[in-house]
Amino acid sequence: MLRKLGIAAGVAMAMASAHAQISDGVIKIGVLNDQSSLYADISGQGGAVAARMAIEDFGAAKKGMKVEVITADHQNKPEVGSSIARQWYDRDGVDVIVDVPTSSVALAINQVTREKNKAFLVSGAATSDLTGKACSPNTIHWTYDTWMLAHGTGSAIVDTGKKSWFFLTADYAFGHALERDTEEVVVKAGGKVLGKVRHPLNAQDFSSFLLQAQSSKAQVIGLANAGGDTINSIKQAAEFGIVKGGQNLAGLLVFISDVHALGLPTAQGLIFTETFYWDRDDASRAFAKRFAPQYKGNMPTMVQAGIYSSVLHYLKAVEALKSDDGPKVIAKMKEMPTEDPLFGKGRIRQDGRKIHDAYLVEVKKPSESKGPWDYYKILATIPADKAFRPEKEGGCPLVK
Amino acid sequence: MTEIFGIPTQAFMGQLLIGLINGSFYALLSLGLAVIFGLLNIINFTHGAQYMMGAFVAWFLLNKAGVGYWWALLIAPIVVGVFGVIIERTMLKQLYKLDHLYGLLLTFGLALIIQGVFRNEYGSSGLPYSIPSQLTGGQNLGFMFLPKYRGWVIIFSLIVCLSTWFVIEKTKLGSYLRAATENPELVRAFGINVPRMITLTYGFGVGLAALAGVMAAPIYSVNPLMGADLIIVVFAVVVIGGMGSIMGSIVTGFGLGIIEGLTKVFYPEASNTVIFIIMAIVLMFRPAGLFGTLR
Repeated sequence: MLRKLGIAAGVAMAMASAHAQISDGVIKIGVLNDQSSLYADISGQGGAVAARMAIEDFGAAKKGMKVEVITADHQNKPEVGSSIARQWYDRDGVDVIVDVPTSSVALAINQVTREKNKAFLVSGAATSDLTGKACSPNTIHWTYDTWMLAHGTGSAIVDTGKKSWFFLTADYAFGHALERDTEEVVVKAGGKVLGKVRHPLNAQDFSSFLLQAQSSKAQVIGLANAGGDTINSIKQAAEFGIVKGGQNLAGLLVFISDVHALGLPTAQGLIFTETFYWDRDDASRAFAKRFAPQYKGNMPTMVQAGIYSSVLHYLKAVEALKSDDGPKVIAKMKEMPTEDPLFGKGRIRQDGRKIHDAYLVEVKKPSESKGPWDYYKILATIPADKAFRPEKEGGCPLVK
Repeated sequence: MTEIFGIPTQAFMGQLLIGLINGSFYALLSLGLAVIFGLLNIINFTHGAQYMMGAFVAWFLLNKAGVGYWWALLIAPIVVGVFGVIIERTMLKQLYKLDHLYGLLLTFGLALIIQGVFRNEYGSSGLPYSIPSQLTGGQNLGFMFLPKYRGWVIIFSLIVCLSTWFVIEKTKLGSYLRAATENPELVRAFGINVPRMITLTYGFGVGLAALAGVMAAPIYSVNPLMGADLIIVVFAVVVIGGMGSIMGSIVTGFGLGIIEGLTKVFYPEASNTVIFIIMAIVLMFRPAGLFGTLR
């Protein structure tokens, strides 16, 4: 009798614990990004909008799942980001952190997430180290990375015969990774790097750096920076007649928000790689039409689209697993094929790299554009299996 | 080819000129700060936000009213200056008798509010503003390609700086101003309306910031945060030059622009700290700044 009671109690406990697999009964998503500085328009508050749209489209309310979104500003400082992440995981019951542009901050959050055994879905950060030597069973790198940019944009430019490069690099983890990955492409194709200069993050004036690039006589000036830094470098390069003087600018990471800020007269002709363009097909247009009114009329960037896509897949995995345990959900996410209206069908590799097609785009001339946000011509589609670094080459210890 | 410190002379000359251009902005901004501090004893931390507002007014004028750059040079400083006058009349006025710290806190808070409102409305990427058609293109000087617009920036800011210095140090109006800061009671006894003079001075200082903002608009993007980082550097410039010293702020503005420009060639990683290193050194040996006197 006593034994039977014991078994019953055991079963009851097991059931109770199965029920309590969603910690606190709520799935809490923390959108952590730059909300006040040079990267704020790349995702910022629009990142939270995208996450909420994913929750809505997943139908969390109908399925009886309680999902909440909270946001914070990491100010592009790794120490600020880490302390928010710790507080979120320890005190506020956050289950997953998403987005995190600024590679230095993302690398720090990658570490904290692993330590606390939670989940981390990167959309905004670029460094390919997140799926290379810093890869983690708790992290998935969703939207794009420096290897993809270097091979997409770098190869396209080297293929046109322009082989001498000069780099203008943002002086932190992201810039260094992008410069390194692009240099590799250039050198492999028989090109050479004539020089490089590293500027502080969030610099205002690039004239001095541009002058150095100009006097290097390199055919291509590679901009290994992002957001406000890219906008200012392109704008000032035009002023110093760099393109007119016969040198080419390669914006290695350009977002649609940057093109919007530059205006087509300055941005026209730039060639770069994106993994999402709002005007690509009906599904992306439908998403954009819903997104824009919620975010001051701005069309979504690839980072915001990536947040939507990653949150959607995360929720599917949580539903399938009936648990929000960090590494288990990540493992489930890798196991399940991905599918959503924005990135189509894809999958997540063991190293945490989400793969999908990438697009080589060119910015339209003002005469070709029908109005605001009609900015890109898609030159080529780089298929998913070519777009990202082969799994074995990254040096990720998770890949056997 | 001849070289200076391992850098070809031509490149070196180019960098000197670039430094001078950036120095123009430092000089214009630190001049406004120096005028305000010298005559009002207020450490105006809203200066960066007012510089940004100048650029935004230029943008509004162009995009909402079709008014171009040249009129913006005149209108934006007046609009932002009036805004400054309102702040002075309603808020700063209450603080003159208190410690500097209160003025600093108030103006710093105002700056955060203004920047926050603009950022909320216009995002952080900035808005495009193009160079006026008369000043597009550039001149090949042999050692560098100088965009006409940058040349204009140097010349115009030098004119503005020197005329301000002249008015304050060499004219009767300037002598009233200086007297009013030394001994307001006595000046008032001569029948001069001191509070009004102080208000207008603040408006003028703020207008200078807005003017710098209009000049910056075609070079940097018109961005809600364009003044946020600059203001820290400009304060360092003022401290090095000597708080309240008009000539000091002009000379140090241009000088530090050059030093910063050269740092970008020799050791770019340090280019945004070099000014603070100089500030620390200057404060160690001359606490009142290079051109300042202890009061």
